[in-house]
Amino acid sequence: MKREPVLRVVGKLLIPYMLMFALYVQFHGDFGPGGGFQAGVVTAAAVIFYALIFGLPAARRVVPEALVETLVALGALVYMSVGFAGLLLGGNYLDYFVLAHDTVHGQERGIFWVEIGVLITVSGVMLKIFYMFAGRRREG
Amino acid sequence: MAQLAGHYTYWVTVLLMAAGLYILIARGNLVKKLIGLSVFQTSVYLLYIAPGKLIGGTAPIVDAAFQVYSNPLPHVLILTAIVVGVATLALGLALVVRIREAYGSIEEDEVLAADRDGGAAG
Amino acid sequence: MIVQTLLTLMAVVVLALVVQRNLFSVVVLAGIYSFLMATVLVALDAVDVAMTEASVGAGISTVLLLGALYLCGGEEAKPLTRPWLPLVVTLVIVGALVYGTLGLPAFSDPQAPIHTHVVPRYLSGALAETGVPNVVTAVLASYRGYDTLGETVVVFTAGIGVIALLRRARRAKGEGA
Repeated sequence: MKREPVLRVVGKLLIPYMLMFALYVQFHGDFGPGGGFQAGVVTAAAVIFYALIFGLPAARRVVPEALVETLVALGALVYMSVGFAGLLLGGNYLDYFVLAHDTVHGQERGIFWVEIGVLITVSGVMLKIFYMFAGRRREG
Repeated sequence: MAQLAGHYTYWVTVLLMAAGLYILIARGNLVKKLIGLSVFQTSVYLLYIAPGKLIGGTAPIVDAAFQVYSNPLPHVLILTAIVVGVATLALGLALVVRIREAYGSIEEDEVLAADRDGGAAG
Repeated sequence: MIVQTLLTLMAVVVLALVVQRNLFSVVVLAGIYSFLMATVLVALDAVDVAMTEASVGAGISTVLLLGALYLCGGEEAKPLTRPWLPLVVTLVIVGALVYGTLGLPAFSDPQAPIHTHVVPRYLSGALAETGVPNVVTAVLASYRGYDTLGETVVVFTAGIGVIALLRRARRAKGEGA
């Protein structure tokens, strides 16, 4: 598909906007619909789009397998670390109100980091599953 | 009459559930079974969210201009359910791919017959 | 009214899905079904859920199903041979569920139990306690944060499950899978 000029040009124009939209959905999820899950899926969709047009080896050069496998675990780790931060600062596990000088700011900070953790894990897992399905050679 | 129109939503949900269940138990192709499971799960989401809607309300995003909001609690539960559903689908499809490579077919009766006759190829 | 129309469309799509045997058409019909479900969810004011259903259900699920179809290769499901027992079981379950829905509160009743227990506390307290206007995000990330931790771990488990199932072990050339 990379020989088709229309697909190549439109893909190169769209993919930065898709990634930007994913970040918008992530951070605007506090004020409108959105949040970590939707943003993670849109991020994975942008890279899958790139892989569909330019081929899987090109996508593997841009987003290597080792990076994706790291992302899969990193997001869950970030989420659990927010919980431990609550423990270390004096509250119970996953207490947000101890994370800042003020209860409401603590809650906002906790929600921010927790959603980042969700974004990282969901985008990593969706992309990894796509790499595994698309990279497997068909037998028989 | 308005009661019937309201319950129509629930009845169509039950029909969707029944169709998903029928595909799941009556079809032999493994990929089609997984799609039936996904249809069944999606109709259950509808069953949870439909009672939460309040006519004249709006989405549960607090704003000074609105007083009546749709119920946010089913939304949270179903968000989790959707993501868990796709995780199940991914694992199920990975299993189907391995079954295809081991038995050469994704039809349930052929796979069971091969198992009975002599064990899988790998 | 729009909800009822969309639901009727979904019922038609699902009935077509039941009888179709070509697996590629079945995958496309499942994608159409997911998009119609996302539209119904917007009509029911569930905007967060609609965005998730559209991206996850219609987007990622279709990609995964097409990937699996490519690897499995089968194009046609085999025709049915006498599925009378599943049909009877399904009809009995439909009858029982319809009987159950007669006891549900009327559509959009503000006094229904679903609206009167813990939800007014969430709606009134979310902005003041967490500083986040989107009540769904506040409940998901703060009030019910443990559930979201469990969900993230489930997604992680699915990822490593797929890696474990589909990874080809490094081996010398010429050996079997």
